[in-house]
Amino acid sequence: MDINYVRTTCPYCGCGCEFLLETLDGKLVSTIPSKTNVMNQGKLCIKGWNAHEFVESPNRLTKPMIRKDGELVETSWDEALDFAASRLREIKESHGGDSLAFLTSAKCTNEDNYVFQKFCRVGFGTNNVDHCARL
Amino acid sequence: MTNSIPEIEDADCIFIIGSNTSVAHPLIASRVFKAKAKGAKLIVADPRRIQVSSIADINVKQNLGSDVALLNGVMNVIIQRGLHDKVFIEERTEGFEALAETLKNYPPEKASEITGVSEEDIVNIAETFAGSAKSTILYAMGITQHSHGVDNVKSLANLAMLTGQIGKPSTGVNPLRGQNNVQGACDMGGLPNVYPAYQAVTDENNKKKFEDIWQAQLSSKVGYTIMEMMHGLEDGSIKGMVILGENPVGSDPDARHVKHALQEADFLAVIDIFLTDTAKLAHVVLPGVSFAEKDGTFTNTERKVMRVRKAVEPVGDSRLDWQIICDLSTRFGLPMNYDSAEEIFNEITQVTPSYGGLTYQRIESGGIPWPCPNKDHPGTPILHTERFTRGKGLFHAIEYRPPDELADEEYPMLLTTGRYFPHYHTGTMTRNSPTLDNEMPEGQFEIHPYDARTLGIRNLEECRIVSRRGDVVTKAFITDSVEPGTIFMSFHFMEANANELTNTALDPICKIPEYKVCAVRVEKIQQDLAQAV
Repeated sequence: MDINYVRTTCPYCGCGCEFLLETLDGKLVSTIPSKTNVMNQGKLCIKGWNAHEFVESPNRLTKPMIRKDGELVETSWDEALDFAASRLREIKESHGGDSLAFLTSAKCTNEDNYVFQKFCRVGFGTNNVDHCARL
Repeated sequence: MTNSIPEIEDADCIFIIGSNTSVAHPLIASRVFKAKAKGAKLIVADPRRIQVSSIADINVKQNLGSDVALLNGVMNVIIQRGLHDKVFIEERTEGFEALAETLKNYPPEKASEITGVSEEDIVNIAETFAGSAKSTILYAMGITQHSHGVDNVKSLANLAMLTGQIGKPSTGVNPLRGQNNVQGACDMGGLPNVYPAYQAVTDENNKKKFEDIWQAQLSSKVGYTIMEMMHGLEDGSIKGMVILGENPVGSDPDARHVKHALQEADFLAVIDIFLTDTAKLAHVVLPGVSFAEKDGTFTNTERKVMRVRKAVEPVGDSRLDWQIICDLSTRFGLPMNYDSAEEIFNEITQVTPSYGGLTYQRIESGGIPWPCPNKDHPGTPILHTERFTRGKGLFHAIEYRPPDELADEEYPMLLTTGRYFPHYHTGTMTRNSPTLDNEMPEGQFEIHPYDARTLGIRNLEECRIVSRRGDVVTKAFITDSVEPGTIFMSFHFMEANANELTNTALDPICKIPEYKVCAVRVEKIQQDLAQAV
């Protein structure tokens, strides 16, 4: 039996509570509030206490999907990425970079967001990038 | 936030306006409770009766969208009674005369007429806020999600500067941000007008700087905001879209219109962890990973940059989001190669002056609030201690404007929106969490007993709510936490989503939609019950 605890930051609101994710043989089993973090001092709200639950939901997407004959069907990473890249290239070439728009994510990390806006600005020469800060 | 969360505990006066703190930010609410126990005065202004109202010293329920009138009324009293901080105004601000002139139009009797708040309460708020040694303002989307959201925020800044309640511990203007990394997404330049660290895209020096660093040709034209993107899809100026971890079909106003717009896209790619209502419309769906499967950083509402650490392997064939983007970029023809999240973070610190002194090693034992411009800088828990970003703090003289949509004969009630304690945003995470979903498995609308009786509606009876944009069917929850004439709904439940109804009217400056006020009609479905009542 392999038990591990990894300290991390809560994915829900903007408070910035920290907790330990407890894993048992590589599976998430619980969330334990950090006592040393000055923000939450050993406490969490109901969402924080259950933050591990959605991670291993059976509804998680596990394979890339592509629309064929109107239906989304599972496919390989190569096919999905090549198709997406070629469509983006075609649209940029025929309509210009400003004809594409990018929504980045307040749920993703700074690193994800940085790379995403860089892809938009450098790859397409457009500033059409926004996220749900207002929503 | 201008100040840090732990400071709230030592405030002498806390003014909560447009924040359902105990529901949306429970651990900040716990600081409010502690401050109250230590003797702080609590002022709560919210159109609904919320949990923090129950312990407030002054609790007012202003009419929906009347915040500017309320704040102007309060500031009118402060000046009339000489409670403003004359030294702070003289040394640190400009534009006071223009503000004072405008405030003359808002004596308590007039503010009371617009807001529905008694003159006595307006005077009490003014005396309590201005008369306390350390007063702090906490606000959230109840302030910002209006067609005059910027006016509301500027009015709060006016109040803080007028009383000198900013730049010191346990004071300040403190927006409580609703998403774990909405601060970081903004900091990283996930906005159409700025590069990382709010460096304007229209400034030629910034453009040149980023062109040199990124070895690219960039645009100095401000891009589209979300709502403009949706309009662009309809008018054909936008042909394709890539969406990372967002669900605009659920979160944007007028959901029917958003869905229609996204269906117009020649190409839509979505990176997400669930097949959201938005992902269902995509041509390609790429499975990303959750917070528990990745390394990186989040920046919380106090501007504290904090570590996210991988605890488990990605499920199935899902991949790290930044790796998906890099792979897509490389296949598109723009090679992007990073070996780790840390390598990306190190690049971020090179181009983001406020993050300049941060490293993974420095934030290993705990987050550091930006600005942190160099390796020796300890970070900045309190902003504006000696000067404001622009030098002197500028007062804005602001007139009250009513909401875009008011009740009329056809739509006689007003809808306002918000969250419930077990759920979060469009529910993609919480409704896939069995414990949380079990707390509240379905949506509802809150209606006052008076209105319910008039309409012949019983508790938990299914009704149809109709606005100019659309209609939803959901259960009535009869409660006097809403005022007569107002109903309340959340946007957690896609099968009965408030955003089918909400108004797309935007603030002219920041383009935030007016989620918090729209006109609706409540229709009874089961007529037989009406007769029984």
